[in-house]
Amino acid sequence: MIRFEPRETPSRALTLGVPVASALIALLLAAIPLAFAGANILEAYGQMAKGIFGSTFAFTEMLTRATPLIFTGLAATLAFRARLWNIGAEGQFYLGAMAAVTVGTGLIDAPGIILIPIILLTGAAAGAAGMAGPAYLKTRFGADEVVTTLLLNFIILIFLQMMLEGPLKDPMGMGWPQSEPILDAGMLPQLLPRMRIHAGLIIALIAAVIAQIMLSKTVWGFKLRAVGENAAAALHAGIGVKRTLMGAAVVSGALAGLAGVSEVAGLKGYLTADLSPGFGYTGIVVAMLAGLSPIGVVISAVFIASVFVGADSMSRAMGVSSYLADLVVALSLICVLIGGFTARYRILIVRKGAA
Amino acid sequence: MDILHILLTDSFWAAALRIATPLIFGVLGALICEKAGVLNLGIEGIFAAGAMAGWMAVWLGAGLWGGLLVAAIVGGGFGLMHAILTVPLGLSQHVSGLGITMFATSLSYFIYRTALPQVTSPPRITPFQPLDIPILSDLPFLGPVLFQQTAMTWLALFMVALVWWVLNRTPLGMALRAVGDNPDAVDAQGLSVYGLRMGAIVAGSALMALGGAFLTMSAFDAFFFGMVNGRGWICIALVIFASWRPGKALLGALLFGAFDAFQVRLQTEVGAFVPSQVFLMAPYVLSLVALVIVARRAEYPAALLQPWFKGQR
Repeated sequence: MIRFEPRETPSRALTLGVPVASALIALLLAAIPLAFAGANILEAYGQMAKGIFGSTFAFTEMLTRATPLIFTGLAATLAFRARLWNIGAEGQFYLGAMAAVTVGTGLIDAPGIILIPIILLTGAAAGAAGMAGPAYLKTRFGADEVVTTLLLNFIILIFLQMMLEGPLKDPMGMGWPQSEPILDAGMLPQLLPRMRIHAGLIIALIAAVIAQIMLSKTVWGFKLRAVGENAAAALHAGIGVKRTLMGAAVVSGALAGLAGVSEVAGLKGYLTADLSPGFGYTGIVVAMLAGLSPIGVVISAVFIASVFVGADSMSRAMGVSSYLADLVVALSLICVLIGGFTARYRILIVRKGAA
Repeated sequence: MDILHILLTDSFWAAALRIATPLIFGVLGALICEKAGVLNLGIEGIFAAGAMAGWMAVWLGAGLWGGLLVAAIVGGGFGLMHAILTVPLGLSQHVSGLGITMFATSLSYFIYRTALPQVTSPPRITPFQPLDIPILSDLPFLGPVLFQQTAMTWLALFMVALVWWVLNRTPLGMALRAVGDNPDAVDAQGLSVYGLRMGAIVAGSALMALGGAFLTMSAFDAFFFGMVNGRGWICIALVIFASWRPGKALLGALLFGAFDAFQVRLQTEVGAFVPSQVFLMAPYVLSLVALVIVARRAEYPAALLQPWFKGQR
């Protein structure tokens, strides 16, 4: 018979080792679908590595891909720490992007030093509003935020399509549903010549450091963790639970909004309805893989971005469907869930009669 | 005038029931899981897996009923994964469910793409046909609405009755409801909490997969990426709206179907003045509003989301 016994305190080696092992196992499990697709497995892994480390360009592409994932991973981390299930980062991403193109395409004509902060702030505010709504519905009416944020993702995406065919449509866009380009002054600076990597990465890294400090060193962060660990006890201790949840929601939404800003004002320059290949949902995996630690989010975002960029390049070279990347990401989430369990519990095999 | 006229046509009500069918399967599936105390956010992915697996089985020659069986088994398989993660291991039901959705969706897409690389138009199967029951289908109004639906709609309606009967009239149903309210009491009776919960998740997930299969085997005749399009999430909202009752779940799904059918017809009437996206958005907004209205009074199963471990109180 199998018994689970809680470990006293999960060891440091396990808390760090489990996510790494989970990520590697998920990557190894990809051999099964690769074999199913009839690909040479070793060559496939080689192509993936080449797609990430093969050139400076490949490596910066991976970091470019990691940038929005750091933002959405942080968004999920802060919300989940307060046990607020923000599954709406995908929608908040687009709200941020919409705000960026609203103010950044000519509404305000200012030098970059003024325009860029304005774009960042409006984008963050739009994302924050996108999560404040569901958090309000939760604290005021008890409406489950999982369902409301999930439904809002669809509502916001359709709203975006409406805007891109209406007020936000680029008259010079040859009829395509896309926004006007962001003014040159509003674009985040490039980090390296001839590469797509942009200052969004720097902002994301700063955000991760600030989030880490806020979470572990401030009263705000203490309250947030207390509410997440035991809302009833936190309330009893005099912590304003609703206020704390609203705060977590606003910060989480703002971070997801910044992901949208960074993609539109750092990378693409204009907004289309397919700007995000699911960055919001993938952010949840990034956060879980990081063990809900803001600094960890940076590392796991780099891993997930490597999976996407590596699998894309492998898929182009070998003709294996690039849905393999999504499969590995999903497997990482499931592996880290199971791994987290083994970090918290000792698995004992008890012989009948011996106990 | 024209708008009211829409509500009186038989084609409108036939469409409402058709749109409601996958939701009926999905809501019942989610309801069974939640009654036993486990939220199943795997539903969106299980819909996709059911749609793909059912369609592919038929395409490979399994026959329509064989396809349904395959869809149900695949759905049950993903349900078993969710069950192992959330019941004996007691892991976060939210995260596990989202993981199952991502896994089931990406696996279905990968298999479809690998089996059918770059086809220009998706291959088609012969889907379930309207039953056209003699005499009955010639009845005015009721004929087109009820008796010209496909067998899957009838299966969905039968499932409503079956789930209601099992939950309310059998010892199994009693145990199932108890395990979602007070697992300690169930354990004290000498019944297996793990077994009941896991069984409920597997059965519920199989039903969800049938909802997905309806999309490719009755509503359409082919599989498309992204065809589930949030239907699973709408089911999760409808379960709360239905207060975890099968009869009300049917009502909720029908209301939703009626609303959706109505907006499509309204679109042709006033489409010139209102952007089409307003209508596309409407079903999601409706679900959201309905959820907020009932949220205050919602009586969740008492042990929903709470893991239970044998020997720990």
